[in-house]
Amino acid sequence: MISKLFQNLFKHIDAFLMACLFFALLTSLFVLYSASGQSLDRVSAQAINMVVALTVLWVAANIPPQKLERVALALYVLGVLLLIAVALFGSISHGARRWLNIGFTQIQPSELMRIAMPMMLAWYFATRDGKPGTANFIVAGLLLAVPVALIMKQPDLGTSLLIASSGFYVLFLAGLSWKFLAGAAVSLLGLMPVFWSMLHDYQRKRIEILFDPTQDPLGAGYHTIQAIIAIGSGGATGKGWLNGTQTQLDFLPERTTDFIFAVFSEEFGFLGNMLLLSLFTLIILRGLMIASQAKSTFSRLLAGSITLNFFSYAFVNMGMVSGILPVVGVPLPLISYGGTSMVTLCLGFGILMSIHTHKNLVAN
Amino acid sequence: MLTATDHNMGAELKNHLHEQHYFRLRLGVAAFVVLSLFAVLAFRFSYLQLKQYNHYQTLAENNRISLVPIVPNRGLILDKNGTVLAHNFFAYTLEITPSKINDVEATIAEISKLVEVSSLDRKRFKKLRDQSHNFESVPIRTHLNEIEAARFAVNHYRFPGVEIKSRLFRHYPLGKLGSHMVGYIGRINDKDIKNLEESGDLSNYKGSDHIGKSGLEQFYEKYLHGTTGFQQVEIDADGHAVRVLSSNAPIPGNNIILSADSKLQEIAETAFGDRRGAMVAINPKTGEVLSYVSQPTFDPNLFVDGIDSESWKALNESLDKPLINRPLRGIYPPGSTFKPFVALAGLEAGKREPPYSINDPGFYTLPGSSHRYRDWKPGGHGTVDIQKAITISCDTFFYGLAMELGIDNLTSFVRHFGFGRKSDFDIKGEIEGLLPTPEWKNRRFKQPWYPGETVIVGIGQGYTLVTPLQLAQATAILANNGVAMRPHLVSHIQNAQSGKNTAITPIIQDKLTLNPNHIEIVKRGMVDVTMPGGTAASVGANAGYTIAAKTGTAQVIGIKQNEKYNEHAIDERHRDHALFIAFAPAEDPKIALAVIVENGGHGGSAAGPIARKVMDYYLLGKQPAPDAAKENKILNPATPIPEEELHD
Repeated sequence: MISKLFQNLFKHIDAFLMACLFFALLTSLFVLYSASGQSLDRVSAQAINMVVALTVLWVAANIPPQKLERVALALYVLGVLLLIAVALFGSISHGARRWLNIGFTQIQPSELMRIAMPMMLAWYFATRDGKPGTANFIVAGLLLAVPVALIMKQPDLGTSLLIASSGFYVLFLAGLSWKFLAGAAVSLLGLMPVFWSMLHDYQRKRIEILFDPTQDPLGAGYHTIQAIIAIGSGGATGKGWLNGTQTQLDFLPERTTDFIFAVFSEEFGFLGNMLLLSLFTLIILRGLMIASQAKSTFSRLLAGSITLNFFSYAFVNMGMVSGILPVVGVPLPLISYGGTSMVTLCLGFGILMSIHTHKNLVAN
Repeated sequence: MLTATDHNMGAELKNHLHEQHYFRLRLGVAAFVVLSLFAVLAFRFSYLQLKQYNHYQTLAENNRISLVPIVPNRGLILDKNGTVLAHNFFAYTLEITPSKINDVEATIAEISKLVEVSSLDRKRFKKLRDQSHNFESVPIRTHLNEIEAARFAVNHYRFPGVEIKSRLFRHYPLGKLGSHMVGYIGRINDKDIKNLEESGDLSNYKGSDHIGKSGLEQFYEKYLHGTTGFQQVEIDADGHAVRVLSSNAPIPGNNIILSADSKLQEIAETAFGDRRGAMVAINPKTGEVLSYVSQPTFDPNLFVDGIDSESWKALNESLDKPLINRPLRGIYPPGSTFKPFVALAGLEAGKREPPYSINDPGFYTLPGSSHRYRDWKPGGHGTVDIQKAITISCDTFFYGLAMELGIDNLTSFVRHFGFGRKSDFDIKGEIEGLLPTPEWKNRRFKQPWYPGETVIVGIGQGYTLVTPLQLAQATAILANNGVAMRPHLVSHIQNAQSGKNTAITPIIQDKLTLNPNHIEIVKRGMVDVTMPGGTAASVGANAGYTIAAKTGTAQVIGIKQNEKYNEHAIDERHRDHALFIAFAPAEDPKIALAVIVENGGHGGSAAGPIARKVMDYYLLGKQPAPDAAKENKILNPATPIPEEELHD
């Protein structure tokens, strides 16, 4: 009886993916305890974030993908409208206009776009008959460009690039031609100087510092230099939990959020990094597997994009902390402190599980 | 045979299979990219953590390389003639890092056996410690002399976690003089850090302890601070620097040079004696502020290293409110000094142009009302035209004029003279004052505007409130025939290394096109104020140049109908404020000013002499008589003062 209830309760949860997530979240709590200077407050706040996020995951997993398909357009339109509202009436903090005051609380509409964007494009391709043609890709490109431009304007370069890539994944999986991809890659290189001139000063500085962190060792380069020292000094097996000197002696900035990977690396070393990379790889491969087994165009494109998007976050964050990518404000998925990104991520994983566990219903 | 539908379904299925196959191909490519990029990361980690491990290990664990910021010298503040108002000097401080010590109290007790530690030092230490992080060093004693420093150095080994540091100190050599203008610096607090973070300047403040907190020190912070340099040093296990690996010199902050003159400042402040008030003098053609007085003042040196609570309490709770920056933040009814502007508003609106005159019965009544708006002179002034109305400060004349203009016309005209708005001055914290309108009253009190309120705005009473800076600026705009120059205290920014001066360009804020005849009438009326028969005749006596002026008094408490104001019967702090505005020479104004003496009584006799001394020095280089402060006979009218001067 109880086991039946249990089975019913979790029938839409993918055990393998869930196990991987649990392991990552557990790691997060341990690393956070160390990074926050052993603050139980921080850890319990994050635990609450996780409970909320996992609830969202469970709810999402129980919603059949067809329902998502039906709301995709509406969600996208809402997202774009909110972004326009932000541009017009948003509140400014740290020189960027990202938040919208809706009376009782503030929301960041670009977060909604992280899910709404791939859903919209997946819906778009699912409603076209046959193999999508050039015209379809142009329309899809425009659907992608509008919110990305609005977010870039805020300015929030990191988020806009990640949302652009989540949309790009859908286009790619929907069969964007190789010729176009090659052409785009070449013209992107050609447009680099134009892009450079459009960047804000602080964004340019971040990129300059990437190539030479010693340029500004007290300012923007400080983050990168200290993070690299933390990672490098972790060595093969790390200094041990709670024993990272860079972490514990306050050298590392933003160590509970964007730079938490440096804490992990310092304390668990190369071995720990490899285990974390493997864990992420397992999550991604499981996601791609779910995508390949999905039965409808919408669900397979969405599953593929969600999975690859998770990869983007992980790669960009670890790349920036280890000094091979510029510092953009991207948290390490599942590990960094913060409620919003945790909820958005788990929503994505919930959708993945839903796609997987509803696939036989979708087949017909 | 297949039906058409079956055929379609078959094609669809085939299509579907083809699509899925194609999709899986794409997924395969994606998986390949994912794995390759993760391999790049893995390679990066192996490079940092395996290959370069020793290098980073050295950097981190032995903590041998440290970046030491080199704080730049803060720029000087100099007056017009190069007199130093703010400078820096090196001194030894004894600092404790609380996190390195078990028993801070016991350590302080030990230290006090070597060098004197006063109770004020202890209090300040406690306060600073509460404000700072545990791993920061906090001064227990500042300004150690050579002997004290040497005595401690010998015993240093007994005090791990206590350090002698040589630090730059800010000093204001003129002390109280002009302190509201110069301002002061203080220790950087959490709020400052937040602001610096938001403006992106935080990294430039590594190693800096102080930041401008008020006055010019605050406004010109980004010029004064300079650019922090840094040294990469190798340190040994005890934390001592062994070798400098690389270094980047700091760039000292710029000096700022004022348009004010400390000598003039001294004359003006001395002229106030121990009375409260404010004075601002402006060059009307450029907007340069020549003198900026807020009385009483305070010693800014008290604030530099954190003021002790006793001194703070004394300053903060004093009835005289020495910490208020009066020219910027003191608000007063302008009283009769408002009249020249009302007169100009009338003339420009085509009202009261000469030879129009009224016969003043000594009061004004609104049609259908018996309430008498009294003139200061019982029985009235007889026949008065607009020029004379200014000269003798005829209330009746302006009651009627304000009524006829209407409140909206009146306020929108005088707003061009800077009333009711900020002047973009180079000290922060300016307040707007108030030009009342029916719309404002409705918003503020949810009440309609009554005609009687328009009447009294005509003589600068009612809700109207101005700051001394606004009053001086309005006078300067009038002197400059309607052209408003942005008021500013700093005339040049000086590069401390090259000595090169960059002038602050005067900015035209507003340009009123006025009929020259109208300006002439108002100015003539104001010149006559300082002539025999005017309300400030004694201020103009034997000046040697022509002074255009207007006196004013502002009521502190209301006087009932049919009650006579008796200054001797009223508590000193309830006496009227004395106001005085002037510019000179009237035909080619070089200085325009506004003086307010709180509870001073009458504008002409209390505030006028201060203005005269300032103008005498500025225009003629004349020093006031030695016993200048005693010369003011406001409260002791031994020599009879003409009745005209007892009022405004």
